[in-house]
Amino acid sequence: MATRIEIQKTYKIYIGGQFPRTESGRYYPLKNKKGDVMANICLSSRKDFRNAEVAARGAQSGWGSRAAFNRAQILYRIAEMLEGRKEQFISELVLQGSTVAAAKQEVETSIDRMVYYSGWCDKFQAIYSSVNPVASSHFNFSVPEPTGVVAIIADEATSLLGLVTAIAPVIAGGNTCIVLASETKPLCAVTFAEVLNSSDLPGGVVNILTGSSSELHEHFSSHMDVNAVVYYRNNKAEIKTIKENASLNVKRVFVYNKINIATEKAESPYFIFDTQEIKTTWHPIENIGTSKAGY
Amino acid sequence: MLRKKIKMKENKNTKKAFYSGKDLPEVKLKFNSAWDLAPAPEDSKHVSIKKQYDLFINGEFVKPNSKKYFATYNPATDEKISEVADADEKDVDKAVKAARAAFGKWSKLSGKERGKYIYRIARLMQERAREFAVIETMDGGKPIRESRDIDVPLAANHFFYYAGWADKLEYAFPNRNPKPLGVAGQIIPWNFPLLMAAWKIAPALAAGNTVVLKPAETTPLTALKLAELIRDSGLPKGVVNIITGAGKTGAAIVNHPDINKIAFTGSTNVGKWIQKSIAGTDKKCTLELGGKAANIIFEDAPLDQAVEGIINGIFFNQGHVCCAGSRLFVQESVADVVIRKLKDRMETLRVGDPMDKNTDIGAINSKQQLLKIQEYINIGKNEGGEIYQSSCSLPKKGNFCKPTIFLNVSQSHRIVQEEIFGPVLAIQTFRTIEEVIEKANNIPYGLSAGVWTDKGSKIFNLTSKLKAGVIWANTYNKFDPTSPFGGYKESGFGREGGLHGLGAYLQF
Amino acid sequence: MKLKKKILNTFAQRLKKQRMAKKITLPDFRITPTIDQVGIEERVARFTTRSIKKESKMQGMKMILSMIDLTTLEGKDTEGKVKQMCYKAAHLHDVIPGLPTVAAVCVYPSMVKTAKDALKGTGVKVASVSTAFPSGQSTHEIKIADTTFAVDNGADEIDMVISRGEFLKGNYNFVFDEIVAIKEACGKARLKVIFETGELSTLDNVRKASDIAMYAGADFIKTSTGKISPAATMPVTLVMLEAIRDYYYATGRMVGMKPAGGISTSKLALQYLIMVNETLGADWLSNEWFRFGASSLANDVLMQIAKQTTGVYQSSDYFSKD
Repeated sequence: MATRIEIQKTYKIYIGGQFPRTESGRYYPLKNKKGDVMANICLSSRKDFRNAEVAARGAQSGWGSRAAFNRAQILYRIAEMLEGRKEQFISELVLQGSTVAAAKQEVETSIDRMVYYSGWCDKFQAIYSSVNPVASSHFNFSVPEPTGVVAIIADEATSLLGLVTAIAPVIAGGNTCIVLASETKPLCAVTFAEVLNSSDLPGGVVNILTGSSSELHEHFSSHMDVNAVVYYRNNKAEIKTIKENASLNVKRVFVYNKINIATEKAESPYFIFDTQEIKTTWHPIENIGTSKAGY
Repeated sequence: MLRKKIKMKENKNTKKAFYSGKDLPEVKLKFNSAWDLAPAPEDSKHVSIKKQYDLFINGEFVKPNSKKYFATYNPATDEKISEVADADEKDVDKAVKAARAAFGKWSKLSGKERGKYIYRIARLMQERAREFAVIETMDGGKPIRESRDIDVPLAANHFFYYAGWADKLEYAFPNRNPKPLGVAGQIIPWNFPLLMAAWKIAPALAAGNTVVLKPAETTPLTALKLAELIRDSGLPKGVVNIITGAGKTGAAIVNHPDINKIAFTGSTNVGKWIQKSIAGTDKKCTLELGGKAANIIFEDAPLDQAVEGIINGIFFNQGHVCCAGSRLFVQESVADVVIRKLKDRMETLRVGDPMDKNTDIGAINSKQQLLKIQEYINIGKNEGGEIYQSSCSLPKKGNFCKPTIFLNVSQSHRIVQEEIFGPVLAIQTFRTIEEVIEKANNIPYGLSAGVWTDKGSKIFNLTSKLKAGVIWANTYNKFDPTSPFGGYKESGFGREGGLHGLGAYLQF
Repeated sequence: MKLKKKILNTFAQRLKKQRMAKKITLPDFRITPTIDQVGIEERVARFTTRSIKKESKMQGMKMILSMIDLTTLEGKDTEGKVKQMCYKAAHLHDVIPGLPTVAAVCVYPSMVKTAKDALKGTGVKVASVSTAFPSGQSTHEIKIADTTFAVDNGADEIDMVISRGEFLKGNYNFVFDEIVAIKEACGKARLKVIFETGELSTLDNVRKASDIAMYAGADFIKTSTGKISPAATMPVTLVMLEAIRDYYYATGRMVGMKPAGGISTSKLALQYLIMVNETLGADWLSNEWFRFGASSLANDVLMQIAKQTTGVYQSSDYFSKD
């Protein structure tokens, strides 16, 4: 009885809506508990980051100017696609050392978190904007605007949930991003890229790299055309370097190293607010006659 | 003799402009003569309508207690489409009991899980959109273009929007610990049957309430199709109950002792009756009633687009809109130009079979409504208004009315004060901003208004002084699930849509 | 005799007075009627929901064919290319009887003579671009000479370009005077004025350019050269049609309209016709007052006509490309 030979998957990175290999040609092996090689993972280089940034910047004005409702629909679609591929993600998590029960929990929380942020796309503005009752005869309003391109170093300990937790609030707000996946558990990152690719998400809105933070954190934080850096890990030296490099072009830096990703504390509209700028506009209100018009 | 021959012919046929008295050139544009559009009917064969519908109570269709049914007709053809149940007090009681029983579990579900059910309803409606649009047109008379492009997408989006609020209520009301009210009794009108059902059910569910909803007696079908959709979505039984009936059924809902909140959209008279009936009880209520909105055009407005705004304001949905721009105020310096453009545009409006994709103005919803509109047109003529109607022909069968405008009327005319709810526009001129603000506010209603001007500071001056709940600047009749809608004064209280639409369904 | 002369003089004076009373006052071009872009786009969206079927579609298709200005404006044009295109202009698809010819061909001045000879007896007109098309960046004398050359070679219509640089500088009198001068050089030829709306960028500017051109004597106003993107769009066309309507009501004179570039499907062309029908009415639905500047539109329309008559979808293999 001949057993069927499986086609083994090649894990590439995700840039600009496409799946290229790292331009450096480097890789690192991902081994299971027994020491067998499960896959060769791309060891992304700074040039990959550069290319990803170009894609992210190119996609940002389009993504940021879409109707909030449209973004909500796309994020919901991502959740639909995730739900459809639940089994695949569970088995990848198990391959990387998780129990079946924990894997199921992680995948379900990821899907629900995606739906959570889909719901915020067209609501956070109502909470975060204001009409300001200035003392002069002006209509004065403040609205959030996406900060632009965000470089993210996602949680190291989880393969899927950390990624979703990092990406969803950033893109819900109209930003685009380049994300560095977990180094020790990168499999779900690439599969998640496939989910994104089939969800009507425009190419370049999310770009996913696999590799090493110790090498890449320098470039993530020094690029002059990146507007913000988000960091979910615990390496004090990396945090310091990131903050120093950010000063080169006054990047906004957010370090979320004290959050338990598995709990509901890891999801809130405040993660959306962090990557928003506030724009305040003034416009005169004519006063005809004696009474003063005003808001 | 030469003198006779040389006598210059005086131009006896010079027309004079209505307001300015200036001579008009002898030119006229000819619409609808060179290129006739062939009928383009929407395909309705894929749509399924049962011969008879029962009441949707506790997740199933059950027969009415009285075993009585009444017919619903297609107002464009006068043909009977289906029969729906006539719910009496016992049926209302059954529905409220089912809603109350379901409330315990439903309100204890986490917001996340509640939201997922509502998302399902939204997605299912998107999938079945065309069927809903066709049935909405057949049952109510509005053009298929409107139900397909406006009513159904807005309804689906409304569910999608509120689904997202279900697990975020503490952000909408910081420091208040919001909780649902209980059972909501909801009564909706015939002008936007499916959309009104969405506006009522979505926020109620998101906030954790359960619902008993009664659609209008002339347009019950899309609400019943929604009931089928809700059953297919797996929503727990009893969370949404949809019962059909007329005034008596509505009264039974309002007066039922175990209802915590009434939500009503409809005529001001019925709204006042409801407010009176629940006095002395603990019932909360929101009312969305009539209107007689002012649509104000300044001389610096983009005139062609403003005319389009007038058309949308009064002829959209045959004028059956509570926020219709039924009083036009045009600055005297541009009155003649605007009227001329308005008349030209009216000539290109196609009135006819609502199922034809090219129809702009469909059927009037019912014979009664048509008679009411015709009565007002006569009142307008008797009051001395100068009437103008487009030259279109009307279908022989069904209830149809030509788009109509009245010139030479003022605030004292009845057709300017009273809500006609049809394609009839009353036109006045004004000279200064104070004058128009005063006249615009000089009515018991306050639902909406329109302002057309190129100058931003003028816009904000007007929007801050007009007493209306929704003000459209350089646009008209725009709706969005994120945008709160509701009136001042006798147009009702409470808002639907946006963050502000949640409060009515919560207690703190 | 003296009395007769006196009466005739009085008669002449009264005629002159009447003629002067009809004189058109030029508006101040610095103040343009304001256009709301969102409103225009919404009106355009309504037009695109019109559903045109069966006989009305056929009628529309034939109108479109008769309104096309078949165009070749390339640096690599030769007499041979132009001759072949002219044959196509007069023989769109002889397999189907009863089809109209296109309205005109549009070529560079150096090709006008060739086109004129090739189209003898067909009724198809010859339109020539001029005034240093497409940029318009040249001297007044050269532009006049360009026009005169084309007219002398037999052009029935001249498509000129306005000086966009001068327009954007606010030099409206310059633009006005230039059009008047070219109109004079046209003689009997009809003048189309191209705005290059893609460079004017706002709809307010398109309206302003329309008013300037019409008051300066344009017979047609035209959107684009087809050499840059965006070329013709429905919002721009609607603004121009509304400008024509206001001008017609103010002066009694009809002006034609030509969207050019970017219209390659019959579906889109039908939507343009709907727009004309509902904005200006029946009088403008002929090739005397409306044209499509297009090169590949004709074959798409022919395929649609063939589909209507045979009932099956067509392949471009069966329709000549020249």
